[in-house]
Amino acid sequence: MVSDHGAAAGQPAPPLLAACGIAKRFNALVVLDGVDFTLGAGEAVGIVGPNGAGKTTLLNVLAGAFPPSAGQVRFRAADVTTADAARRCRLGIARSHQVPRPFGGMTVFENVLVAASTGGGFRGREAYDRVIDSLTLCGMLRLANRRAETLGLLDRKRLELARALGTDPVVLLLDEIGGGLTDAEAALLVETIGELRRRGIALVWIEHIVHILVQVIDRLVCMDAGRIIADGEPQAVMANAAVVDAYLGGGHR
Amino acid sequence: MSKQPAPLSVQRWTPLSVAATLAIAGLMIALAFTPLFASAEVIDRLTTLFIYIILAIMWNALAGYGGLVSVGQQAFFGLGAYAAIRLSYWGVPVYPALILGALLAGAVALPLSVFALRLKGGEFAIGMWVVAELAHLLVNLDGLIQGETGTSLIALNAFSPDHRRADNYWLALAAMAVAAAVVFALLRGRLGVSVQAIRDNEEAAASIGVRVLGGKRVIFILSAIGCAMAGTLWLATSITFEPKTYFSVQWSAYMIFMALVGGLGTFEGPILGAILFFLMESLFGATGVWYLVGLGAAAVVFSLFLPQGLWGFIENRFTWRFLPIGYHLRLPEED
Repeated sequence: MVSDHGAAAGQPAPPLLAACGIAKRFNALVVLDGVDFTLGAGEAVGIVGPNGAGKTTLLNVLAGAFPPSAGQVRFRAADVTTADAARRCRLGIARSHQVPRPFGGMTVFENVLVAASTGGGFRGREAYDRVIDSLTLCGMLRLANRRAETLGLLDRKRLELARALGTDPVVLLLDEIGGGLTDAEAALLVETIGELRRRGIALVWIEHIVHILVQVIDRLVCMDAGRIIADGEPQAVMANAAVVDAYLGGGHR
Repeated sequence: MSKQPAPLSVQRWTPLSVAATLAIAGLMIALAFTPLFASAEVIDRLTTLFIYIILAIMWNALAGYGGLVSVGQQAFFGLGAYAAIRLSYWGVPVYPALILGALLAGAVALPLSVFALRLKGGEFAIGMWVVAELAHLLVNLDGLIQGETGTSLIALNAFSPDHRRADNYWLALAAMAVAAAVVFALLRGRLGVSVQAIRDNEEAAASIGVRVLGGKRVIFILSAIGCAMAGTLWLATSITFEPKTYFSVQWSAYMIFMALVGGLGTFEGPILGAILFFLMESLFGATGVWYLVGLGAAAVVFSLFLPQGLWGFIENRFTWRFLPIGYHLRLPEED
């Protein structure tokens, strides 16, 4: 059941997060079709694939935004398939949204404070420190007292990350936080993600910009039409014929 | 004095908000002594104002902070009055019956929340109106009420009009103070940021660990108790209970007006809105239809030109914060 890819990266340890036989159907539409995915402690996995491959749906299933139609999700060996998003967040699985969802009527500080006090379970000064740390890491401290609805797209994306960090996650699920960045901004983001890795946070990162992705990940997964078509060492996956075919288009062959 | 980088601090109370809170406390004490020297009419009018303020605070807590826009809060207003009459008929002393009645009507919100909170946005708003109509019909079935004819809280006749007037006043004042204090404390605490997060984006709130249904439920029940208390107070001042009046959608219209004009989603705004509404009613209420036309026009003008309400406008313009619900991070460059 558990794939051997996690073991390939280092010590053979039980996976932190595992999804087995995941299917997701929306009425007649099959979005995920028998996906097996594992994430080791402290590991960073990138997910690529063409639009409509099911990447975000897989992330939603891992985060508990909705239950899978079939299959099982396990976190630290416990079955969390039926646990909702709030419960999973309290357990340590945080996520960012592809289209940022700020709490517009609240300040940036308050946005992250909700995360620290509910998902993170911090109280009082501890919660404040957590917020300050998250905002500093994402370069948003100066904007702490701004109402979130006044932020531009880039800052909204940063806020998604800061809010997820506020919950003190063990696993962080990132959905295209790098899109639309300049090279300098992308370099900053890579630096931030590197710091998260040093803190031992395990990552699942969906991103189209592969050259950013490969700077921080241990393993790359490629999805197409609701299935995982390649999973392994990034360079090997990118060279895989099926990946080239699906992701870069058939014209390359 | 020292230029050393101090750890960042989070400011909640400011000198202005401390002064404002002290002034409010002083005003409350002054209001508590008012019945000793004020005329009967002033006492009656102030009692009405306190009831309006309770309604405005409760609708704002529900819609402005919780994001639950309801046009059916008159359900609890009417049920509170009805429960007080029932309790009094069963022999509960009349003033305890007013408070107990409000709590009982609020308790109805618990089972109701199981399905009402499944509804979203407009569905919830209209669904609550249906609930209010249903509650109206069910109350009419009780023989004690005599259908639309209604009944009276006869037990209050045991008190002389002057005593009754003062007691109603003090009960309304106390209820208003408790309502404001409870809502303030809840919004200032962890629940406050959680319900605002739910209001702004339910799915994102769930994704950072907020228990969406639980947060909504607390605010829904609180608002129900508050609206029911306003209903029992209204009963205490008017004595008569005509179901049609108590379950009228006009109460929701008033609440919406007060919260919108004053400033939805601010703590002070709806209180200001209630005072404005009260003044308009006192000055123009006698003009009948034109008063209602004026209210409607004012609501339209505010929603078009001042959508953040009067207090929202003042807050933005002067960066005043009277009552510290929010958080302000003190950044180094501010010192």
